[in-house]
Amino acid sequence: MTQQFWPLGLIPLLPLGGVLFALFGGRRGGRRAVNVVAPGVVGLAFAVSVWSLARLVSLPAGGALRFAAWRWIAAGPFHVEMALRFDALTAIMCLVVTGVGALIHVYSVGYMGHDEDYARFFTYMNLFTASMLILVLADNLVVMFVGWEGVGLCSYLLIAFWYTNPEYAYNGRKAFIVNRVGDAGFLLGIFTIVYALARGGVWTVTFAGMSHQAALLQPYATAAALLLFLGATGKSAQIPLYVWLPDAMVGPTPVSALIHAATMVTAGVYMVTRLGFLFTLAPAALTVVAVVGAVTAFFAATIAMVQTDIKRVLAYSTISQIGYMMLGAGVGAFSAGIFHLMTHAFFKALLFLCAGAIIHELDGEQEMGRMGGLRGSMPITWLTMLTAALAISGIPPFAGYFSKDQILEATFASGHPTLWLIGVITAGLTAFYIFRLIILTFYGESRVEPSKAAHLHDAPAVMTVPLIVLALLSVGGGWVGLPRGFLWGEAFNRFLAPVVIPPGAELATPGSGLALVMIAIPIVGVAAAVVCYAQMPGLPVLVAYKARLLDSLLRHKYYVDELYNAVIARPLFWVAAYVLHRGVDGAVIDGLVNGTGLTLLEGGEELRRTESGNVQHYALLYLCGALGIGAYYLYRVVIR
Amino acid sequence: MLTHPLTLITFIPLVGMVAILLCPRALTPMCKWVAALTTGLQLPIAVWIYAHFDSATSAIQMVERHQWIANYHVYYFLGIDGISVSMVLLTALICFISVFASFSITRAEKGYYALLMLLDTGMMGVFVALDFFLFYIFWEVMLLPMYFLIGIWGGPRREYAAIKFFLYTLLGSVLILLVMLALYYYGDAHTFDMTQLAARAGSYSLTFQRICWLALFVGFAIKIPAFPFHTWLPDAHVEAPTAISVILAGVLLKMGTYGILRVNYPILPAASHELAWIFLGLVGTINIVYGAMVAMAQTDYKKLIAYSSISHMGYVMLGIASFTAVGINGAVLQMFNHGTITAMLFILVGVIYDRAHHREIDGFGGLAQQMPIYAGMTGFAFFAGMGLPGLSAFISEVLVLIGAWQTHPLMTVFGAGTAILTAGYLLWCFQRIYLGPLNEKYSGLTDLTLREAFTLVPLAAIVLLLGWYPHAILGLIHTSLDHLNQVVVNAATSATVALR
Repeated sequence: MTQQFWPLGLIPLLPLGGVLFALFGGRRGGRRAVNVVAPGVVGLAFAVSVWSLARLVSLPAGGALRFAAWRWIAAGPFHVEMALRFDALTAIMCLVVTGVGALIHVYSVGYMGHDEDYARFFTYMNLFTASMLILVLADNLVVMFVGWEGVGLCSYLLIAFWYTNPEYAYNGRKAFIVNRVGDAGFLLGIFTIVYALARGGVWTVTFAGMSHQAALLQPYATAAALLLFLGATGKSAQIPLYVWLPDAMVGPTPVSALIHAATMVTAGVYMVTRLGFLFTLAPAALTVVAVVGAVTAFFAATIAMVQTDIKRVLAYSTISQIGYMMLGAGVGAFSAGIFHLMTHAFFKALLFLCAGAIIHELDGEQEMGRMGGLRGSMPITWLTMLTAALAISGIPPFAGYFSKDQILEATFASGHPTLWLIGVITAGLTAFYIFRLIILTFYGESRVEPSKAAHLHDAPAVMTVPLIVLALLSVGGGWVGLPRGFLWGEAFNRFLAPVVIPPGAELATPGSGLALVMIAIPIVGVAAAVVCYAQMPGLPVLVAYKARLLDSLLRHKYYVDELYNAVIARPLFWVAAYVLHRGVDGAVIDGLVNGTGLTLLEGGEELRRTESGNVQHYALLYLCGALGIGAYYLYRVVIR
Repeated sequence: MLTHPLTLITFIPLVGMVAILLCPRALTPMCKWVAALTTGLQLPIAVWIYAHFDSATSAIQMVERHQWIANYHVYYFLGIDGISVSMVLLTALICFISVFASFSITRAEKGYYALLMLLDTGMMGVFVALDFFLFYIFWEVMLLPMYFLIGIWGGPRREYAAIKFFLYTLLGSVLILLVMLALYYYGDAHTFDMTQLAARAGSYSLTFQRICWLALFVGFAIKIPAFPFHTWLPDAHVEAPTAISVILAGVLLKMGTYGILRVNYPILPAASHELAWIFLGLVGTINIVYGAMVAMAQTDYKKLIAYSSISHMGYVMLGIASFTAVGINGAVLQMFNHGTITAMLFILVGVIYDRAHHREIDGFGGLAQQMPIYAGMTGFAFFAGMGLPGLSAFISEVLVLIGAWQTHPLMTVFGAGTAILTAGYLLWCFQRIYLGPLNEKYSGLTDLTLREAFTLVPLAAIVLLLGWYPHAILGLIHTSLDHLNQVVVNAATSATVALR
């Protein structure tokens, strides 16, 4: 049952209003006005989302709210409505985006307190929120693509926010272009679906409409799903398109928290889940999703272990965690993927905001080598970040445990023991690298530059309150999805069940040996980190020396950036500049044109000589012409 | 109630031209205001036409038909349908904007504005003429002022550029003229009337259609410009003054694809169906990819935009070649969107050229700090050029690609993939000019003036509006285009039947 509910329109419009205010009234209204309006509109959007949720739960299960604003595109039989849809899946995404988003906006008020460009910053932040909300509220694929590219644009603008630094500007551009590769895949995926349906005379791009056309979609499902997944690997930073995310960390840290950890980068997971009906038609494509997810999770975790920049560790951690979500979706456990998406939004936003608090306090210092011992001077940051670390490691009863556990159990149950093993090992690596980070920043001797060390303290309340709220969510956020049999067990899955394709296989019962392994492994990881970085600091150095090759491989991130540059970027530019521009355009075509022009000029000179004024010459030419024409007609008559 | 809207909108500039020529020497500075007033009068007429255009029918509207040269069956025959109406609007808009973009011209203003007005009449005439002879007259009328505007008011290599432009276009004109005569003399009832020529399309033999089609194609392809007839365009753009580039990219290029839709498709439908996939589909795809690749290699800001313009015209060709209602609607919408977006881009190039007197992309840096509004406006136009959703080009490019996907999937993959290259060269260019540390040489530059903003804001508003409400144009054009597409598809079907 679908009910019309106009307030859905307010959810993206409120942040859009914030954009207009910050853009046109930001300078005149002053910092204080922007500081109230920008977080305020996101908070209001959160309120409207809650209102919509209240309306949604009053509908019978499987219901949805819908708001069709106007007929957007109509050309021939193809038509697209500017319409929003709010079902259980959207509800969760909306609450995460606006809830976590509002907290990060509030935090930003403090973080950007000294930046002259606060108005531009909040313009972009609100625009991002609006785009993300359009993405998750979209009723059809094309509206979703509006949000999809919109968040990419804002990501570009915010990575290159401090654009006077050429490296930052470069990183922003890199992010947008890599994402564009994915977007091209997304578009081609849409075209494939439109084509498949049009063959059967059906012209629709709405999720509800498409989901009823399994028979028409079937023959093209694998192609469409793989193309769309290419889009997902771009936005969600999965292999092979993850390369932009680590470099995106040069943006202001609240941006990293909101866009590059909690919301935008999960868009790919959301899209695969939203199109679950298509992906389940293409088991091969689903397997690709699962394998890419698992491999990315492992691969990124290994890189995270050796990074020394605090934000880069978190960036690779994000790539790795999204890999888990993809793994969940790939094995058909869509709701587990979304569950992890939600808990991850809490603890990863928190990790970034804590890192931001440290960086802010240390005047932009991001190297963990110049941190250490901050526990005493920044207790709130320490405690909240520790909470987040426990959550991401998957230690019960913190949020991350429940969601990660669900994904891994589903992986095992679906008959992918290898992927399960990769996931479990990665869980150990996760615990290791995150506690390495905690120990290097908060424990041990202080390595902070003396000039900065004197005045260290926790951030002001406008920044710490969001930390505390997120810390509470990182503890309790997972309890909505307790294992089956515990209290309200699996409430999260039951809420999503009518919208999300149910997993093919039954989940393993909790308390089995598997569950114990999944509790034990992270603890081993934590212990290893404590041994390596707190007890025997010489050990990592020794290991790095013994395994020099591996260490260098990891430090250089497997040389993937270098590879892409050498194989794609440079040859492409070379062909453009030398073969096409100088060769085809310059030498061949213009050579011909200029040659013709010159010949004409010379020919003109020659022809002028024929204008001799000599009547006999003219008569001769006339005769030649007449004979030629006569010969032509004779030829035609004879031949035909 | 206007009785002769099309005559009025076409010939008002001619009146303006006479007024400018009669302007006494002492009042020369007034010339630009006469031009502004003239084009300013065109706008309300265009709005009137927009409001009174009946989009429910594919029939010719606002017809004016009078015998002109009886012996040769030449008529003064004006009229518009969905194919031309959006181009009439675009021409009125771009001409108005380009007058204000011309205010930095100081040399021989009188001649400049007089020629600009003549150009306006020629362009408008091409879009409203339905008699082939009249169409051709307007076509030629438009070429001469263009030649002089580039050749006299252009940059250092203006003569080379002007002659190159002229030779290319002359070749095109000759071919169009020959086909016009061939069509006129075909059969017993001699006529230049395009509607009648189309009505008897079934009687032309396929070979005749093919020859005419190819000759016309070359004539029109030069204007688009389609690969490999495109090399006049970058040179012309680089030498032309800003406003002339705006007109060139904004309106003149559309003549090529308009001609194909107005002449090739309805009059030679069977040949169109047979040949379009190579000459429009494949060549269009080459345009898209090739234009983007070569744009990437440019060091001159204006040349980069010129190649980008070539690339984006490729989408128009690809959409026309798709033979789907979706694709052809997208193509004509793309013609309009290309007009507004490239006009913005060339104005933006002009802004910096007027201040810095060079266009070397690597010679700037960090301008966003010094000229934030200018940089913001450029960013807007660049993202519009990249086809960002929410801005107009997204709709038209997606429609083109959806249409083309039905018939030419491989070409569509290249068309969609080029969006990556487009983002690549535009953002790279943006970074080099606007981002990074400010080049100290330019720490004295001023941001957009009110006049410059006045030329950009209306275009930006239209780009934004059409991104969210493309129906404003699609609603106008779709009946005629669906009909035209059906004509071509039907002709192809009956031709196949006849062969059997």
